[in-house]
Amino acid sequence: MILLAGLLVAAGLYVAAGWHCRSPWPLARTASWLLGLACVGAGAALGGGHGDLRAHMAGHLLLGMLGPLLLVLAAPVTLALRALPVTGARRLARLLRTPVARWATDPLVAVPLNSAGLWVLYGTGLHTAAAHRPALAALVSLHVLVSGYLATAAVLGVDPAPHRRGVGARAAALAAGMAAHDVLAKLLYASPPAGTTHAEEGARLMYDGGTVVSLAVAAVLWRRWYVSRAAAREGAARPGTPVPARGRAGGRRGPVPRPGQRTGQATSRCGSSGATSRALR
Amino acid sequence: MTGTTPPPDGRRLLASGLLLGAGLMGAVDEIVFHQLLHWHHFYDRASGAAGLVSDGLLHAATLSAVVAGLALLADLRRRRTFTPTRWWAAVLLGAGAFQLWDGVVDHKLLRVHQVRYGVDPTGYDVAWIAGAVVLLAAGALLMARARRRPVR
Repeated sequence: MILLAGLLVAAGLYVAAGWHCRSPWPLARTASWLLGLACVGAGAALGGGHGDLRAHMAGHLLLGMLGPLLLVLAAPVTLALRALPVTGARRLARLLRTPVARWATDPLVAVPLNSAGLWVLYGTGLHTAAAHRPALAALVSLHVLVSGYLATAAVLGVDPAPHRRGVGARAAALAAGMAAHDVLAKLLYASPPAGTTHAEEGARLMYDGGTVVSLAVAAVLWRRWYVSRAAAREGAARPGTPVPARGRAGGRRGPVPRPGQRTGQATSRCGSSGATSRALR
Repeated sequence: MTGTTPPPDGRRLLASGLLLGAGLMGAVDEIVFHQLLHWHHFYDRASGAAGLVSDGLLHAATLSAVVAGLALLADLRRRRTFTPTRWWAAVLLGAGAFQLWDGVVDHKLLRVHQVRYGVDPTGYDVAWIAGAVVLLAAGALLMARARRRPVR
């Protein structure tokens, strides 16, 4: 029930924020957000403390990989920065600049943390312990969702983040996370956690599903790099026009979001799209 | 592009070819020998931790390499700095390097899995490694030819 309420609130907030924006918010992003929430709901229902490793793994793929990917593609932080009143947006931007947030959105931190969480879950008997404790299982599910989201967000960099790493480092972090996932799946195949059934199929599902979603993430990452390079060159070819945010996808160091720049637009709540994109850079 | 190719483009061309070559060889290995022939096993329960880690890294790295190589290739084509001979040479070199690593380090040193089970693997191993050497030699030859000819 708490889960359902949380999902409905998240869906409502996002739709309301998109509505609220005077500059039109892409429908595809709203669809991605809603679909992502549906994945999270289904994943949490399937993936709780389960004896059947197949259902558990299907749930975790939805909750920790596919759901987060769809949520990240919906760019919720960008929407929040646009829809919030200026003071709120400024506060959010300040929050994004804090050392903790910087840390959490660094792929070289977020991806290893995500993998480490899985290793702790299956390597230490936590999975078995959670089977009989609903509260613990809920905490584990929440952790899988949050760490999956942070890792995907850090790799893809859809939302503005200070000090973005280069595309090579992010692709390497993704590959390393994928490798850790593969190795863990094979270890589970060989020695499943105590008290689980259908362990071999579950481990195969973890391996294959993880590969497919990771490949999708890699494809999105490189696609964004390809598009951002075209934008950067176009900007460079026409001197006088600002180079479109290299930091968005391909850049080395995305500058800090600075909503303070749009104090002039204080009257229109969402600002013109030009002012907002400047603020987001 | 006429005349000189700027160095970053040359490096990008090499990176694209090497990544795609190694990645595709890994994918062929995975699809043909694991999925179609079932010569290799998903996990034969006999390999140690180092073998498992190597296998996982290889699987993730090859797939990531294919995606990255394709993206770099698309960028080269768009900028018209694509030189086919050099690129194919890099593909062959990448494929050969992967095959050599798979045959020597994975199969023999780490003993992740063998080429085929239930038969004497020596012949298969020789074929595997000879294939790698042929690929590497072809790549090196092609690269030398591309070097001799002036860049378009």
